[in-house]
Amino acid sequence: MTDEIRQLIKDFGRLPVDVDTLASNADLYQAGMSSHASVNLMLAIEDHFDVEFPDRMLTRGVFESVDAIAAALAELGIKVPV
Amino acid sequence: MSHELDGDRAFLDSIIKVADEIARPHADSVDRDARFPSESLAALRAERALSAGIGSELGGGGVSLSAIARACFELGRRCGSTAMVFAMHHIQVATISRHAADSPWLEQYLAAVAADQRLVASVTTELGTGGDMGRSIAPLTTAGDGTSCTFEKQAPVISYGAQADDLFVTLRRSPDAEQNDQVVAVVQNGQFTLEQTGTWDPLGMRGTCSPGFVVRGQIVPEQALSAPFAQIMAESMHPITHILWSHLWLGIATDAFDRARAFVRAATKGKSDDAPPPVAVRLSHLMSELSLLRAAVDSGLAEFVEASAQPGREQLLTMTSTLRFNNLKIATSEQAPRVCQGAMGVCGIMGFKNDSPFSVGRHLRDTMSASLMIANERIHQTNASLLLIAKDV
Ligand SMILES: Cc1cc2nc3c(=O)[nH]c(=O)nc-3n(C[C@H](O)[C@H](O)[C@H](O)COP(=O)(O)OP(=O)(O)OC[C@H]3O[C@@H](n4cnc5c(N)ncnc54)[C@H](O)[C@@H]3O)c2cc1C
Repeated sequence: MTDEIRQLIKDFGRLPVDVDTLASNADLYQAGMSSHASVNLMLAIEDHFDVEFPDRMLTRGVFESVDAIAAALAELGIKVPV
Repeated sequence: MSHELDGDRAFLDSIIKVADEIARPHADSVDRDARFPSESLAALRAERALSAGIGSELGGGGVSLSAIARACFELGRRCGSTAMVFAMHHIQVATISRHAADSPWLEQYLAAVAADQRLVASVTTELGTGGDMGRSIAPLTTAGDGTSCTFEKQAPVISYGAQADDLFVTLRRSPDAEQNDQVVAVVQNGQFTLEQTGTWDPLGMRGTCSPGFVVRGQIVPEQALSAPFAQIMAESMHPITHILWSHLWLGIATDAFDRARAFVRAATKGKSDDAPPPVAVRLSHLMSELSLLRAAVDSGLAEFVEASAQPGREQLLTMTSTLRFNNLKIATSEQAPRVCQGAMGVCGIMGFKNDSPFSVGRHLRDTMSASLMIANERIHQTNASLLLIAKDV
């Protein structure tokens, strides 16, 4: 259901593992996402969904899993397509 | 509140006494011989200063982090190495204290630090990742039955490794974890061995006695802090490190300034000119530089105290906060040696000579370590990345 997010993680997260093998609540940092890759991912998400994450949402936790990213987008009023 | 302030005041008075009576008179020999400031540490232990920041319910002094920071400043004014040892120990202890809730092992450990005035060293830097605190190579390996864990870490720099009672070690969570999946563990005397791999004859901070070691240890799983490493870093280790370091750098720079002031006073004594001499004007320029440094140090502490008091410490988890404390580090580590060099400019040859009362060579050398303790270029690299996404810096 969160294909777009997974695709962005694939393109920008630079994970050493296949994103599709990760559960939607799996910790992306534990899966090897570096902090710079996480910034690139955040930028890509902002671009793709045309949103801006306010500073208070720019924490590691907000981007640590597919679910967490979907929840953050929902908080900004973006419904991730099923 | 006023009870807490009284505690802070009494603690600071005891620190200033140790700084004046013990740290200051030994500072030059500690520096010259690159030896551990054992007299100062004995005096600090006698004052129970190694547990000042631990809660009183665990036998500690219960003083505020502001008071610990102020103590780093006061010690820095007399002996940079003593101040650095004191600061590093308190970074470790404060970090453990802030994340020990729900861990009987860690609470008992803190009580032992208070009872025995145990000194804790830091083992973060590693061969292969350098000053990158966010990655570890050496893993924590859990034995088959899960009751004990072992590790072996190649550490190129451990301050007072040989003098410390216990170690605070960052490690990869397990042999199959990624490098950025880390834990931090407290390792007690008797649970580790140190094999020294290098010497310690550096430019400054000579009394920290920081050669390289291979550290081998065996612990029980409870000795690793259970909070996520990234949270421990963001809420505690990262900001507290830069706050305490910057306070002691300010202390060293302040003493260099005081020496320059004493020099100018001595040089103008008995003169009846109708305007201050050029060297006095130079001192005024230096005061501006020192005030910039002090302002940066003070505001960093104030913001941290405020953010720590918020429920959930959420502000500290943001990237803006990381940028904030990275900048505190970069700005103060560059400004402190600038002030010391300015003081040398004021004192001239009297500042350059090691055996003059206006000597500021040690101050300059000690503060030159600041920009490489976690290399500023490395921090800039992190900031560059965070700046791409942060909005309100
Ligand atoms: C007095 C003193 C006491 C210390 N005590 C301890 C201690 O008790 N425990 C401990 O664990 N460590 C300790 N350290 C180590 C210290 O905190 C640093 O981690 C260590 O000095 C880093 O080593 P390095 O200079 O090889 O740095 P590295 O971080 O490996 O950097 C090497 C060089 O590469 C540059 N560089 C690195 N990354 C980048 C980048 N991304 N972009 C551009 N340039 C980059 C740096 O500027 C530097 O010139 C101590 C250091 C000092 C000076």
